[in-house]
Amino acid sequence: MSNDILVYVEHLNGEVTDATFELIAVARSIAGQTGGSVDAAVIGSGAGGLAGSLGGADRILVGDTDDLGAFNPQGHASVFATVVSERNPAVTLVPYTSVGMDVGNHVAASCQVPLVSYCLSVDPGDGLSGTCQLYGGKVEADIEVDGDRAVFAMLAGAGSADDGRSGGAGAVEAIDASTSDLAVSFIGLSEPEGGDVDIAAEEILIAVGRGIESEDNIEEAQELADALGAALAASRPIIDQGWLPKTRQVGKSGLTVKPKVYLALGISGAPEHLEGMRDSATIIAVNSDPQAPIFGVAHYGWVGDLFDFIPEMNDRLDG
Amino acid sequence: MNIAVLLRAVPDPVEELELDGEDLDRDFLGYVLNEFDDHALEEGLLLKEETGGTLTAFALGNADEVEQMLHTAIAKGADGAKMLGEELEAVDAHAQAATFVEALSEGAFDLVLSGVQASDEVDGQVAMLVAAGLGLPHVSVVVGTEAGDGSLKVTKEYWAGITADYSVQLPAVLGVQTAREAPRYVAVARIRQAQDSGALEEVDVDQPENSSGVRITEMRIPEVGEGADMIDGDEEAAAERVLEILQAAGVR
Repeated sequence: MSNDILVYVEHLNGEVTDATFELIAVARSIAGQTGGSVDAAVIGSGAGGLAGSLGGADRILVGDTDDLGAFNPQGHASVFATVVSERNPAVTLVPYTSVGMDVGNHVAASCQVPLVSYCLSVDPGDGLSGTCQLYGGKVEADIEVDGDRAVFAMLAGAGSADDGRSGGAGAVEAIDASTSDLAVSFIGLSEPEGGDVDIAAEEILIAVGRGIESEDNIEEAQELADALGAALAASRPIIDQGWLPKTRQVGKSGLTVKPKVYLALGISGAPEHLEGMRDSATIIAVNSDPQAPIFGVAHYGWVGDLFDFIPEMNDRLDG
Repeated sequence: MNIAVLLRAVPDPVEELELDGEDLDRDFLGYVLNEFDDHALEEGLLLKEETGGTLTAFALGNADEVEQMLHTAIAKGADGAKMLGEELEAVDAHAQAATFVEALSEGAFDLVLSGVQASDEVDGQVAMLVAAGLGLPHVSVVVGTEAGDGSLKVTKEYWAGITADYSVQLPAVLGVQTAREAPRYVAVARIRQAQDSGALEEVDVDQPENSSGVRITEMRIPEVGEGADMIDGDEEAAAERVLEILQAAGVR
């Protein structure tokens, strides 16, 4: 077992994702405390060409293969699991993303190391520990890990992507990326189609969340949006219910927006949502739960019922 | 195709949470079906309707909420439902997965579906851990499926609406984020019929032990609103102030 830190490199269409650079920044900070080296494993099509952008790592482990498509949940995970079992790093970092979820769980199970999910920070001090964000960001939990190795699935924002980008040129090593008997095969990628409204280009967004309760209430929020010359957006639960089209979704699986004003109505502010709107110039939040995490990023907040607030706004704008 | 769907009761996401030491104060906590599991059930029902076969719903614990969840699944079209164990105790994702794996090994399922995540999974995602326990391939963040011959076309969302299609040989486990269609509505009368149908079966299981190697040592409600200028008063005061803020931001 080493005291090294291993980072899973997430990449798509020839680019390393910001989530990966954040992991490298976290890894560098852990290495600063433990003296271990930072290894970054990049697997898949075009992996070799990405090594140059991973100078934040001490060693770049390249498993170049065209057999797995953009990402293969079984293939990429099993190649990475081999790296983990051979090198036995103290800390393995994956992003808490669609890709990282397949990789992290697979690696932890097959290498029999604990997995820490929804992780905000890792402390390699006296035994491995960390902080996690649970219940949609409403609770922070300190955790300790049994043993001296673990896989940490890091939430967006755990490190600074800019810090992770900087650095010299790491040593490049080739790793075996061959796989056999895969039950999952990659067919192809699809990019989203544009919609009637480009919420990323709007100056004012009225965004509704679970607090809107039913499809019938969307109309009232739309009226407010119309009166303000704003566009209506929403958090994931509303889109998943089919109450608004996918093109109106703000957050990790939707769009990232930076309007002049973001008025969040009945949105609790799960980490996946905050990721998509926290850089808006002015954020106003209305929520009945005074502990809702949305108030942590809002500039202005009112604790109360959105069904009292919306008619009050509509009355004033009519008059 | 014989489909198993794993359902979990989670703390109602709209409720204000209170803490009791290293855990939530669960005495007065309301539980609801994990929303992603609701989507897993819907995707399972759609596949069952397209391909024939059966759908069995599984859930842990015997709380009223769990029974209600399973009766609702039956009312929506599940052929059977199994309630595993007795008390709904706070067990980690590894222990939940181990219980599901034991229950699933008794049946021959072509496909196991569950929600991609739940808000309390500090030690990994149950769906993926079940895949590991059964030694089956898995795909997470699934947003659609299409039945083929001995395989399934599965659509996985990466991020920002970018998706990828996969061909997955069965049996397999999928962590569903969003079903192709919004979860169906079912009338209360049908749920009552389900209660009388006898399709719900209680299964004894050993209380699973937490085995993940991840221990919560402290929980806290993060201080929020520190940076936010909180508006005092009723909705009139709030509307008044919001209009002023909009004006100051130069959009009114």
